[in-house]
Amino acid sequence: MIKAAEAMVKCLDQEGIRVVFGYPGAAICPFFDALYASDIHHVLVRHEANAGHAASGYARITNKPAVCIATSGPGATNLLTAIATAYADSIPLVCITGQVSTDQIGGDVFQEADITGAAEPFVKHSYLVKDASALPRIFKEAFYLAGTGRKGPVLIDVPVDVQNTLIDFSYPETVQMRTYKPTVKGNPLQIQKICEMLQSAKKPLICAGGGVFLSGAQDELIAFAEKTHIPVVSTMMGIGILPSAHPLYLGMLGMHGTASANTAVHECDVMLLIGARVGDRAVRSPKFLAESTTIIHMDIDPAEIGKNISTDIPLVGDCEAILTAMTEKIGDMPDNPWFAELAEKRKDTSVYASYGERINPKAFLRELSAKLPDNTVCVADVGQNQIWSCNHFGIREGGRFLTTGGMGTMGYSLPCGIGAKMADPNREVVVVCGDGSFQMQMMELATMMQEGIAVKVVIFANTRLGMVREIQTLRYGDRQMAVHLNGSPDFAALARSYGMDAENAYTEAEAYEKMQKLVDSDKPYLLVCHVDPLEPTLS
Amino acid sequence: MKHTISILVENHAGVLARISGLFARRAFNIDSLAVGMTSDPSISRITIIADGDEHTAQQIEKQLNKLVDTMKVRSLPAEEMLSRELQFIKVSATPAQRSEILTICEIMGAKIADMCTDAVTIEVSGTAEQLDKMHELLKGYGIKEVVRTGVIAIQKGSAVLK
Repeated sequence: MIKAAEAMVKCLDQEGIRVVFGYPGAAICPFFDALYASDIHHVLVRHEANAGHAASGYARITNKPAVCIATSGPGATNLLTAIATAYADSIPLVCITGQVSTDQIGGDVFQEADITGAAEPFVKHSYLVKDASALPRIFKEAFYLAGTGRKGPVLIDVPVDVQNTLIDFSYPETVQMRTYKPTVKGNPLQIQKICEMLQSAKKPLICAGGGVFLSGAQDELIAFAEKTHIPVVSTMMGIGILPSAHPLYLGMLGMHGTASANTAVHECDVMLLIGARVGDRAVRSPKFLAESTTIIHMDIDPAEIGKNISTDIPLVGDCEAILTAMTEKIGDMPDNPWFAELAEKRKDTSVYASYGERINPKAFLRELSAKLPDNTVCVADVGQNQIWSCNHFGIREGGRFLTTGGMGTMGYSLPCGIGAKMADPNREVVVVCGDGSFQMQMMELATMMQEGIAVKVVIFANTRLGMVREIQTLRYGDRQMAVHLNGSPDFAALARSYGMDAENAYTEAEAYEKMQKLVDSDKPYLLVCHVDPLEPTLS
Repeated sequence: MKHTISILVENHAGVLARISGLFARRAFNIDSLAVGMTSDPSISRITIIADGDEHTAQQIEKQLNKLVDTMKVRSLPAEEMLSRELQFIKVSATPAQRSEILTICEIMGAKIADMCTDAVTIEVSGTAEQLDKMHELLKGYGIKEVVRTGVIAIQKGSAVLK
């Protein structure tokens, strides 16, 4: 017999978990005590939400469920934003929370919160563990649920007395669930129909979303596009499936997308949606699009098909398997003259021309991405910095672009970057944020220094919540309300106080000189680029 | 349009909260909900009457299917199912009115479940139309209280939900 808390750690071992992100508290102490005796590396974050975001970064690089831990009550509620963020982007997490003792549940005792209740809208599934002997089964199921089908966060809430109960431990080999059976293979008849539809299309277009990464189908998608010469646009979550400079790639679609991508969406006659849920920022008027275009929708989640856009040909399944089958099945397609017109639109460089003295963040990001290695991970926060990064940070083969496309959670980038770097320490990880979002996560500089990992941080500081300022300017008569970030510290000096190398850049020349330092350094480095408060998001 | 949805779920704590929470956060309006154990005690059957257009109904079904506790979801077309609801109706009744009310009950297939000097409690089950009719007939006496179980439904013929 062993303590259930030890069993929980053994479960993580069995799942191959080497790193966990968390923050302790009284109700999760037995589990932390069991971690003490294990060789799983625990990363102490400085706020529970960031444990979730760091696990999200880790999961997105490994494409396997990652683990975050918080205590009961406020620890668990702090974690909620990260759970919701992971849910919106279908990121596989196993979230472990402590809970007050079973006999006290419902008594409104110290640090008690009904976290399975509160998290219900944002989890794929959750468990409030009342029977300690069920823990091995629950962990097995949780990892299976988080990492299969449409991935997502699973919450396991364990009362402190349950953690202290003695149980017989054996980890189940297989999952026995009578209700959960995700569809993986696509229906061959539908695949045939889709191939025929694409081959008879005049202006076919692929729209690839985050599901392609979750399926691990980047190579399969590129192979399919290259065989068929069908151009590709991506959602924000799909950025980086094709390298930015791939001849068939037209950029991100939607409200903040590129002219070439949006023209393609407007003009295409058949659109193949792959692992994309047609979110409102990507497609503003799905009804209008569906009227003029034949919509083929492939997704692993049947509920996404027909939810936001009506579909002519639905196909449920895992896109890796489906794309492999489609590439085999589909005949060669000739070069499409339509594509040549679209490609012309990509050539407009005016938006990232030098401003001379001032820093153009768009040009800066282009230059920065060119200098960093091919397999760099760029993590963008939320706001103008996010859109600048989406459209201008060039992703090359093997590179990744991580951001919260669904939830738009400010303060995601630095903890996510820390998680990504811990998942693959040899890769360069660069975090891009604004002076607004940085202040929602700057406590994590300490986590980074404590772990001794070299994440690079770029802050575009404009003393504004820039995107909201822009909305107020354009739609609210420039009545700028609550968007001025006065009172901020010198972020570089702050970072130096953590022991980091950090500098300010006020001019283009300074920015490029220090960019080189950032690129060359093998230590954590923070660069504050001061940009014009009136710098637009797009052009 | 009203939809009758039958759901088989794992019979354990928190499942009903998940189902009803899903309806609430996706803005699907529940008109009626009834839950009970099936012949297999580990499985509960939920019958929900929900209001919405065809698109909404399809989304309800798909979202319910996504819940890990859900085993089966089926929207039952009106012509292929039997549905019943049980109600208690407490009506004001002087001793002189009792025989009239008793006659109504006999004709409508209802029963007197309880009686006192100034009221009777009627037990009636039936389809929504039958129950509406019963209310209509009793209105004149003064309905004091109505308690309803919510609608349960089953497929006609030999088809079963499993």
